[in-house]
Amino acid sequence: MENKKSAWERIQLVHTKNRPTINDYLPLVFTDFYEMHGDRLYGDDKAILGGIARLNNIPVTIIAQVKGRNINENKTCNFAMPHPEGYRKALRLARQAEKFHRPIICFIDTPGAFCGVSAEERGQGEAIAKNIAEFMTLRTPIISIVLGEAGSGGALALGVCDELAMLENAQYSVLSPRGFASILWKDASREQEASEIMMITAEDMVNLGVAETIIEEPLGGAHNDLDKISENIKEYLSLKISEKCKKDIDVLLKERYTKFRKIGEFIE
Amino acid sequence: MFEDFFNVVKKRFNDNSDEEEKETFKCPRCQTNILMERYEELHRVCPNCNYHGRLSAKERIEITVDKGSFRELDSGMTSGNPIDFPEYSEKQEAIRAKTGLKDSVVTGTALIKGSPAVVGVMDSRYMMGSMGSVAGEKITRAFEYATENSLPVIMFTASGGARMQEGIVSLMQMAKTSGAVKLHSDNGGLYITVMTDPTTGGVTASFASLGDIIIAEPKVLIGFAGRRVIEGTIKQKLPDDFQLAEFQHEKGFVDMIVERRKMRSALSHLLKLHGYCPQEKEV
Repeated sequence: MENKKSAWERIQLVHTKNRPTINDYLPLVFTDFYEMHGDRLYGDDKAILGGIARLNNIPVTIIAQVKGRNINENKTCNFAMPHPEGYRKALRLARQAEKFHRPIICFIDTPGAFCGVSAEERGQGEAIAKNIAEFMTLRTPIISIVLGEAGSGGALALGVCDELAMLENAQYSVLSPRGFASILWKDASREQEASEIMMITAEDMVNLGVAETIIEEPLGGAHNDLDKISENIKEYLSLKISEKCKKDIDVLLKERYTKFRKIGEFIE
Repeated sequence: MFEDFFNVVKKRFNDNSDEEEKETFKCPRCQTNILMERYEELHRVCPNCNYHGRLSAKERIEITVDKGSFRELDSGMTSGNPIDFPEYSEKQEAIRAKTGLKDSVVTGTALIKGSPAVVGVMDSRYMMGSMGSVAGEKITRAFEYATENSLPVIMFTASGGARMQEGIVSLMQMAKTSGAVKLHSDNGGLYITVMTDPTTGGVTASFASLGDIIIAEPKVLIGFAGRRVIEGTIKQKLPDDFQLAEFQHEKGFVDMIVERRKMRSALSHLLKLHGYCPQEKEV
């Protein structure tokens, strides 16, 4: 048994250079992958990868945020920070999946949506909002998995789903601990302190009703045994996809709505 | 620059100490001194440069809906402390005492020139209009109520975004509210967003951007990412008009810019154009 890691230690862990990305998992979890490109409106955002593949024998649609494994890859995929066209590509492929009754699998791995002039000009807020609203009623099962970090609305845009799983060391947060410390305490250097009180770990997500499942990582982290973690992901997806596909779609949609509907703490 | 600009406005709103100062209002944009009485009479719009100052939720409701028609929904709801954030509860008590508000949004049913609607108004004085559990729940219920009763929804947005002190729970309110908007829309309901100063962050990236019709007041700030964050990313100053209503209008994210004095009339017309007519004959 490993000692329980702090949120801060987990942040360091998912930022290690060898942390596997979607491009590592893809060939080990799926077969027959065909990548699709572009939002049909503006361009093709390399921060989001999308396409069709088989999970065992079932055709599925894959939508994933792409982290680079070196500086060149990161330049191409913009450090996994999508522009609006990335989110619109995701929505296009999600609708395509709905049309052909394919389950959707989203892999979340982003520090957040890109914050820049071009992103604002092309409606970053609108693109995220649209995905959140549309995913809520897509008439096909949706499973999302957080691979490393899930930051803010940029993560939620691929996070409206029937079930959310977190890799054991992954985090999900309203914004980065650094940003949080900077806004609330006007002191970005207190990011470690922020990370510990923000409740961002996989366990926190399950306790708060945000995630349903934690996918166990090999000792020391996912990078220590890529085959094993891929197997765990595949096992989880196989189980959940067949479970969700058996459900009546209207029941599934009602449950999806309720999953988010009940999150919040207030007094009347 | 905008932070400074807001601070000036915020300071003016909060300043009750100096009675002399209250007699005149110095416009933060054109620096003209206006008699406070005149400024209030114009519903906080500068007669010189058309600067639209911020309104409280109460003032907004007063100038928008028919007199005496507003019935508040969920008026007593207050926030819990979902991630046990230090001093969150105490901070809110202080703001409640100061503003008389329970949280950042007021929702209810009302008539606008006789047409019925569900109306929601955000108040930037309450923790920068940020959306946490209470705002999320009240907005969601407002849309659900409108869906059940086949009513249109008008939301006046003013928000810094998600309520940081509620951590991931505040992010989930974006999904919750957007889901309710989607069901209302699928049911054929009309939803009009009126973006007021400022509409940013998680509110822009959820229910605010989902209106069938999106209206903005002149020159208000509308955007997803904060100006300073973007300036930090690109390492240069942004032009003054970046993320203003006119910028969003030009880029295609705002249907129309409507001045405050014409807002009630525009909303009334739009409601009627969608078949939401006065229930009784107008007197």
